[in-house]
Amino acid sequence: MAVIENVSASAMASAPVRRLSPLRTFGRISPAVWTIIALLVIWEVGVRVTHTPEFVLPSPSRIAEEFVAYWPRLLVQSTYTVAEILIGFVCSVLIGVPLAVLVTYSRFADRAIYPLIVTSQTVPKVAIAPLMVAWFGYGVTPKIVIVVLLTFFPIVINSVVGLKASSAEMLYLARSMGANSWQTFWKFRLPQAMPNMFAGFKLATVMAVIGAIVAEFVGSDVGLGYVIQVAGSSFNITRQFGAIVMISIIGMIFFMAMEWAEKVIVPWKSSSSAVGEDH
Amino acid sequence: MNDMSMPPGVPRSTEAHIAISGVSKTFRGRNGDVHALQDIDLDIRRGEFVSILGPSGCGKSTLLMLVSGLVSSTRGTIRVGEKTIKGPNSDVGIVFQQDVLLEWRTALQNVMVQAEIRKSELGPARERARQLLRMVSLQDFEDAYPKEMSGGMRQRVSICRALLHKPPLLLMDEPFGALDAMTRDQLQLDLLRLCADNEMTVFFITHSISEAVFLSDRVVVMSPRPGRVERVIEIDLPRPRRLMMREDPQFNNYMRELTEIFKGLGVFREEV
Ligand SMILES: Nc1ncnc2c1ncn2[C@@H]1O[C@H](COP(=O)(O)OP(=O)(O)O)[C@@H](O)[C@H]1O
Ligand SMILES: [Mg+2]
Repeated sequence: MAVIENVSASAMASAPVRRLSPLRTFGRISPAVWTIIALLVIWEVGVRVTHTPEFVLPSPSRIAEEFVAYWPRLLVQSTYTVAEILIGFVCSVLIGVPLAVLVTYSRFADRAIYPLIVTSQTVPKVAIAPLMVAWFGYGVTPKIVIVVLLTFFPIVINSVVGLKASSAEMLYLARSMGANSWQTFWKFRLPQAMPNMFAGFKLATVMAVIGAIVAEFVGSDVGLGYVIQVAGSSFNITRQFGAIVMISIIGMIFFMAMEWAEKVIVPWKSSSSAVGEDH
Repeated sequence: MNDMSMPPGVPRSTEAHIAISGVSKTFRGRNGDVHALQDIDLDIRRGEFVSILGPSGCGKSTLLMLVSGLVSSTRGTIRVGEKTIKGPNSDVGIVFQQDVLLEWRTALQNVMVQAEIRKSELGPARERARQLLRMVSLQDFEDAYPKEMSGGMRQRVSICRALLHKPPLLLMDEPFGALDAMTRDQLQLDLLRLCADNEMTVFFITHSISEAVFLSDRVVVMSPRPGRVERVIEIDLPRPRRLMMREDPQFNNYMRELTEIFKGLGVFREEV
C-alpha cells in the first residue's frame, strides 16, 4: 500500500512494516512526490498562461530562484526558528513525560491536575501569544514558552494513555515475580507506553513548528516568521513563499527524524495514532 | 491416588501444599456486595495436579488470585507451604488466559524477564529458558517477537516464563481458553510433559469438563455464585496421559459424573 506516510499526523496509523530504512521510506513516499511534481507543473503553467502578476501569485520557478538567492539569509533566520522548536520540544518532553508519570501513579494528580490539563485545551493557545510577548519580551523566551504550550498537551495525554495501557494481568504478573515499583516502571509500564508516547511526540513536532512561527508573527526581530512578516509588509510574496518552503522543509525533517527514532526505539510496533489530533 | 503420575522414585507427599480454610471473598461494589466465594475449604497435596472446574463467574479466578496473594480474602486463611499468605507470593508461576507477553521482547527475552526481575544469575537462567522453549518445540522461535507468533506459540512462551524460576506451585487461569481445539490438545500434552519434568503442584482453572478430567489428579467442582466447593473427584487414570484416553469408558464415566453434577446445580438445563 502506498500511503502518504510523512505528510500528515492523521496518516500515522498505517503501514504494518517493521524497521524501515530511510531508503524504503523514500521509496514508499515516491507516489506522493510525483503528485507534488504534477501540481507544481500545473501551477507553473497556470501562472504563465494567465500572466498572473508576481505580487499576487509567483510561479514555482520564481520561488525557487528567490529561495536560492535569499538562501544565506533564510539559513541564518532558520537557526533561530529551529532553536525555538528544538528547545521548546525538549522542554515539553522533560516536563510532560514526568507529569504523565505523576498522573499515572498518583490518584491525587490524576484527579486534581489531569482534568485541568485537559480543560486547558479549550483556551486557544495562539491567543495567548501576545500575552507571552508582553511578559517575556521580544527575545527567544516567549517563543519557547508558546512551543511548550502547544506541544505539551499531545505529549502528556499520549504518555498517560500509554502508561495506563498496561493490563491488570501484566501488573499482577510483575508483582508475582516480586517486581518493585521501579522495575515495574522500567521493564513493563514504560516500554508498553512507548508507541503511544511516540504518537504524541510526532504530533508535538507538528505543533512545535506552528507554535514557533506564530510566536514570531506576534513579536520578533528574528526567525522565519519574522521574515514572512517583513516580506509581507513590502508585498514581497515570492520571498514569503521562500520562507514557507523553508518552514515546510524544517517541519518535514523534524517529523521524519521522529519517525526514524520511533522505528529504532519501538521496532516491535507500527505507529499508533495519537490522541488529540483535532487541530 | 495414582503413583504413575509422579516421576519414578519420588513418592507423593501426603502433606498439604496448599491449605485453604474457611475462605470467603466479598467484593464491595456500587450496586451492592458481590459474594464471589463462600467458605472454601480445600487441601492440595504437594505435586498434585488439581483443576478447579465451574461455570463462568463462580469465583475461580478470584480463588487463584487469593492463592497467589495478589488479592486478599475477606475471611479465612490460606497457607502455601510453610507460609500463611498475607501479601503477593512470589514463589509461584502464573499463566493467565491472555498470554500477557511483552510485545517488545523476543520469546527468549520474554522468558528471561522472570530472571531479570528476580535478579537471578542470567547465564544459567538463559540456559534453562532455552531448554524450556525446546521442550515446547519453540527452539527455532527464540528470537521471534510475540506478534510473529501464533496464539498457541505465545501461550507456550508464557508457560515457559512461568516455569523459569522452578516454582513449586504453578497457577493457571484458563490458560488454553482462547485457543482452538487442536492447539489446545497440543498444549495440554506440552503442559503434562513439563509437569513430569518439573516437580510442582499445579492449580489449574478451567470451565472445560474434558480438559479437567484429562489433565488432573483431582477435579474440584464449584457451584455457581457464591462459589462453593461442591464436590471433589479423584481422577484415577494412568499417566502419562494420552489423547486416545479420552475415548476410554473410564474417561467417559468421569465426564458423565461431572456433567450430572452440573445438571444438578442447574448449570445445564436440557429441554425435552
Ligand atoms: N475486582 C472485582 N470487583 C468486583 N467484583 C468482582 C471483581 N472480580 C470478580 N468479581 C466478581 O466476582 C465473581 C467471580 O468472578 P471470577 O472469580 O472472575 O469468576 P470466574 O473466574 O469463575 O469466571 C463475578 O461475579 C465477578 O463479577
Ligand atoms: Mg475467570
